[in-house]
Amino acid sequence: MSTVIPIGPYHPLQEEPEFFRLHVEGERVSSLEIELGYNHRGIEKLAESKSWDQVVFLVERICGICSTSHPAASVNCQEDIGAIIAPERAQYIRTVICELERIHSHLLWVGLAGHFLGYNTVWMWSWKYREIVCDLLEKITGNRQSYAMFKAGGVRRDLDNEDIPGVFDALDQLKPVVALFRGAIHDDPVLHARLKGVGVLSPEDAHAYGVVGPTARASGVPIDVRKDDPYFAYGWVDFQMIVRDEGDVYAKAMCRVDEIEQAVLIIEQCLKQMKPGAIDIHIKEIPAGEGIGRAEAPRGEVYHYALSDGSNFPARYKVRAPSYTNILSNEVAVIGESVADAALILAAVDPCYCCTERLTVIDSVTHQKETYRQSDLLQLSRAKTNALRERLLR
Amino acid sequence: MSLKLKTLTRSIWVYHLATGSCNNCDIEILDCLTPRFDIERLGMQLIGSPCHADALLVTGNMTLKNIPRVRAVYEQVPKPNVVIAIGTCALGHGIFEGSYTSPHRVDEVLPVDLYIPGCPPKPEGMIAGVAKLIGLLRETT
Amino acid sequence: MMHWDQIKTEIQTHLGQQVQRWREHNPRRIYIDIHPDSLLSVAQFLFETLSARFIIASGVDTPRDCIEVLYHFDFQGLPQVLSLRVAVPKSRLEVDSLAPVIKGTFWIEQEIHELFGIVFKNHPDMKHLLLPEDWPEGNYPLRRDL
Repeated sequence: MSTVIPIGPYHPLQEEPEFFRLHVEGERVSSLEIELGYNHRGIEKLAESKSWDQVVFLVERICGICSTSHPAASVNCQEDIGAIIAPERAQYIRTVICELERIHSHLLWVGLAGHFLGYNTVWMWSWKYREIVCDLLEKITGNRQSYAMFKAGGVRRDLDNEDIPGVFDALDQLKPVVALFRGAIHDDPVLHARLKGVGVLSPEDAHAYGVVGPTARASGVPIDVRKDDPYFAYGWVDFQMIVRDEGDVYAKAMCRVDEIEQAVLIIEQCLKQMKPGAIDIHIKEIPAGEGIGRAEAPRGEVYHYALSDGSNFPARYKVRAPSYTNILSNEVAVIGESVADAALILAAVDPCYCCTERLTVIDSVTHQKETYRQSDLLQLSRAKTNALRERLLR
Repeated sequence: MSLKLKTLTRSIWVYHLATGSCNNCDIEILDCLTPRFDIERLGMQLIGSPCHADALLVTGNMTLKNIPRVRAVYEQVPKPNVVIAIGTCALGHGIFEGSYTSPHRVDEVLPVDLYIPGCPPKPEGMIAGVAKLIGLLRETT
Repeated sequence: MMHWDQIKTEIQTHLGQQVQRWREHNPRRIYIDIHPDSLLSVAQFLFETLSARFIIASGVDTPRDCIEVLYHFDFQGLPQVLSLRVAVPKSRLEVDSLAPVIKGTFWIEQEIHELFGIVFKNHPDMKHLLLPEDWPEGNYPLRRDL
């Protein structure tokens, strides 16, 4: 008996909540309803009773997968309020951590997408290679997730010189992996049939919803905070913004794979350019004022706005994760698609919570309601893959 | 009853229930299935429905919106079973203590048999915790 | 792609007196205060004429007699963030919804409504986004005068 794995992108959730309701006419989706709130933990309110330092730890736990992007935006925000500039070495270290996270997050997504499509080998391999990155992060920061590295004015821990050769080794192991997955997606006609033309988000809709990250760049919208509003060391290194124009799930997948390659290049440059020096300027306070900080998480722009009254606690702390804009755009991306593809499209924006655990499908004509469990969705998806495989590879 | 528990400890089927988490613990749970940790060789399987579960792995803060759902899921899990709370949030909220969305702890809603601390606990920690529980169950039956 | 100076000129020319205060915290962070009555037309101008991207909106309770709502925009390829600030009087907590014009505001207006109590006029569906359905009426978690 095969094992059924909670598939949804990242947040294997429980049975009952109807996060997504698909309305279908016949076999095609006519509209999508989305319900949020199960993960709402009141972080913005909590932030008002945390010190500025503690806020960084708090926001790190908004989402575990891009856990360093929120601290990145937070320190950018705090430094914006106080016109604080962290030392150069700290900026390089921050960049290295952020890019390592991008690699592990994209590998994670590739794996889960592969699993959903019925390519379990892809899942196992990508997560196996992801362990290289997790090990590296544990070596450098002390934790596989939630690195506790950032603070306004610098970083908490230095990168030891003796660890650096190990980083280069790990990166060398990752380079062929990128080529492997790129080739696997590019050369497989079945994957093409499953992913190309599926869930297309037009550039106009991308703009209307304000989508960000690979979701935007896969639809031809060339935005990337690292390029547009450079922070940390991103202005000191060379890398490409990966933009495609198809807007479909295929484009989103390839964007992520290519971004892994760019991340490797960024890290190498940082390590080569980094000089010895201070890692923290030991600021004493965040002055009164307001500030905005952003970072390019694996999913897209993370945006923090904060108001300081000069005390140790934020008067207001606003967080916007990239998935907030991206998930809503699904309401147009799934129209006209089949149920089997709908779950994949929902996953393709790489949401920071999993709601493809359970889908309710309502037939607009008969008004019949049917619930698709995780196992049903997996079955549907894999059945489609197998049918395509039969047809194309006969 | 004790015979059932004995059977239960030989090959545990686990159902994963997240109740308002950041996904760190959830990903590390999934990670247990991947080649490095491979809990399947220990007889543990992650399943897609609570109806066949021997153990519930619970993460997260038990936000208000989740409570009715969690109770409904727990009804479906056959008895006897074990409930394992994973991660600092599931133990007692941790940094989310005081949030208006989660006034209750996981163990106020579900009868927890095992607590695995960490933010997140490493896969090795989770496996060790479950192994400890199995050992305890075997001793008492 | 327009340069920031061009955009700045366009905005100042087009908006004129509607800009109550123009503050540049630094070259990349600009805050414009406008009257709530100007919100819809100004936002529409930024979004449609200048192709600004809507980032998010944030409500801020103040010790004064208003709740501020900031609407954050940026422009493709440029580092600047332009934040429109409106002061919504606590005596009458309502402002025009931008959802008919900018789809990306749909959720955040629901969120600000349930967390602050502001009503967004003409929003297609002013219901709870994040809070449970049975959340007590009149309890706005991010209001500080509870």
